[in-house]
Amino acid sequence: MRLRTTLSLGVLGAAMIVGTVNAEVRDIRIAVDVPYEPMEYRTPEGELTGFDIDLGNALCAEIGIQCEWVVQGWDGIIPGLMARKYDAIMSSMTINEQRREQVLFSDPYITPPSAWFAPADVEIGTPSEETLEGMTIGVQRGTLQDNYVTDMYGDVADVNRYATADDMVLDMDSGRLDAVFLDFPIGKSTLIDSEAGDYKVVGEMITEPKEYFGEGFGIAFRQRDQELADAFNEALATLQEDGTYDEIHSRYFDE
Amino acid sequence: MEALTTWLDNQLADNSIFTLQTLGYYGEGLATTVQLVFLSLVIGLVLAVPLAIGRGAKRRWVRLPIFLYCYVFRGTPLLVQLYLIYYGVVFVEGIQDTWLWVILEKPFVPALIAFTLNTAAYTTEIFHGAIKATARGEIEAARAYGMSQWLMMRRIIIPSAFRRALPAYGNEVIFMLHASAIASVVTIMDLTGAARFVYARYYAPFEAFLFVAAIYLCLTFAILYLFRYLEKRLLAHLKPASG
Amino acid sequence: MIDLHGYGPRLLEGALVTVELALLSLVLAILLGLVTASAKMSRNWLAHRIGTLYTTTIRGVPDLVLMMLMFFGGQIGINQITDWLYTQFAIDIFINVNEFAAGVITIGLIFGAYMGETFRGAFLAVDSGQIEAGRAYGMNHWLVFRRIRFPQMMRHAIPGLSNNWMVLLKTTALVSVIGLSDMVRIATEASKATREPFTFMIIVAAIYLLIASVSEWGFARLQKRYNVGFTEAD
Repeated sequence: MRLRTTLSLGVLGAAMIVGTVNAEVRDIRIAVDVPYEPMEYRTPEGELTGFDIDLGNALCAEIGIQCEWVVQGWDGIIPGLMARKYDAIMSSMTINEQRREQVLFSDPYITPPSAWFAPADVEIGTPSEETLEGMTIGVQRGTLQDNYVTDMYGDVADVNRYATADDMVLDMDSGRLDAVFLDFPIGKSTLIDSEAGDYKVVGEMITEPKEYFGEGFGIAFRQRDQELADAFNEALATLQEDGTYDEIHSRYFDE
Repeated sequence: MEALTTWLDNQLADNSIFTLQTLGYYGEGLATTVQLVFLSLVIGLVLAVPLAIGRGAKRRWVRLPIFLYCYVFRGTPLLVQLYLIYYGVVFVEGIQDTWLWVILEKPFVPALIAFTLNTAAYTTEIFHGAIKATARGEIEAARAYGMSQWLMMRRIIIPSAFRRALPAYGNEVIFMLHASAIASVVTIMDLTGAARFVYARYYAPFEAFLFVAAIYLCLTFAILYLFRYLEKRLLAHLKPASG
Repeated sequence: MIDLHGYGPRLLEGALVTVELALLSLVLAILLGLVTASAKMSRNWLAHRIGTLYTTTIRGVPDLVLMMLMFFGGQIGINQITDWLYTQFAIDIFINVNEFAAGVITIGLIFGAYMGETFRGAFLAVDSGQIEAGRAYGMNHWLVFRRIRFPQMMRHAIPGLSNNWMVLLKTTALVSVIGLSDMVRIATEASKATREPFTFMIIVAAIYLLIASVSEWGFARLQKRYNVGFTEAD
């Protein structure tokens, strides 16, 4: 375990890694927030796996650099990038204007919509201010879904904010939530396809307005790391052409 | 002075974080924190008095369960207790169909139960210690007056133990205020929950957390002064005579 | 036997992280506590003020808030310093504060304040006659500290120390909220993946109780050791 090896050096000072910073394309650290099945999650043994992980590793191999994955909670993930704890974020992050002010995005590598999910026995019409009035809605804290729900329905519904998508699923299972608003593939994998509980998708797939839902998921870099972003964009184009991308895609999504 | 006000004006004009909306979240958070802490302390206190008396009982079957309860609740983190109660109530068979679910569904009551049980355990130990420290002379005097066990408890031991327990109980109140910050973990929008929301939305750790730290600091001082005042009033007889 | 769904080994690793975190924070807290106690008892006005400011502010803010401030804000603060070093002196370094280091530093800082109060009280409880006697023997300041003040102070400090340690141990659970893989974090991950929150949390509670009981026993022995020469006389 990484923590313990740093620790076995004994001295607290040794827990701090001192290195230099330079601008060329080099071995990098990529942050990811788990679990967010099927995009990124852990096996019971603790191995990271998922679409982002496999695609990220393939991209790094294509560029010819070593990539190390760093697990970081979602609400600290952008500050961590700016604080140089790691060099990139590949964690189902939607490209939108608000985030663009902070980070530099790669080209979108997948474009999933968001969707409302509810227990099969909860009656909700097409989500709107009237139908959601008085309901308890779950979102992951600091996500675009949080921003969207807070701004659109924050006044009429109770918004429960969770640190991870899993916390939310657990509360949905126990009957504490009337609906959750999630990236569609995650809701499909963790709610619709799961054995526990009986869930349904409510209403349409949501991709508008663009100021919230952006253009799809991108890899985030610090703004000054343009070369790094270019290298990833180039590699992404190559993988999409030679079929590697489709192969990885088919591992996690059935068409 | 004028420089200061213009600086403040500029700060407020420039900032996109402390808007009416976020200040509203902080305000509601403050109300939630105060409610949660106040209610758990009051209920905890009511529970703790009989428990503390039972904790020192001669009969083992009274003493032992109370001792165990205190030991477990004081020996494990409140966070773990909160998780157990918040997720645990769900596992009570069929609870979702009873009226109880209406109150347990929201995170407030499970958190209140966890906090109450926790503070009751600590308060029990504090009172138990204070009761044990009752001066022998006071007890002997009460006996000499022919007071029954119960009357002595009510008139002599408990009032004097209350006073002795006051400083330690003041610490417990502050401790509970600080411990309540974990309520945000089960989606309660308390003060810390509001700070986490603001932080996650604006990526501004210093603004979000320093502001909330300042509010907690003010609350702590308010409690501190309240207890100092109470001690001055109630423990006046213990002070060395002046002059 | 309880089915841990393959999470057993990771849970044990997490328990080890908890213990290491607690012990390292304790060491830091004791060191800070000794410094703070000396500062607060010092005749130097500034040292006294700084010591008091430290103990009051730290003890006035929830541990979790301090932890988030340090963890989320700390790195940005450190980077501002290193960036400044770079622009001013062209010294290019990067210091990475990982979750573990942040946890140790925060918990150490918080409990340093509590330890400072404990040690201050304990130092004041040492009979000044003892110190005078040491001086009369021609001991210098440091020797008086090492042979007389410290050992006798410890006798008074142990109950407070043991109390602080118990609170510190339980505070380590909070690092799970900022993302460090201690045993509480792993238990929550496991309970969500398996949807069996009860199993894992009960185990974690039991491990905490075990650690608490062992340390209680350890402190009782320590107390006995430092009480040598006093107990019989009582």
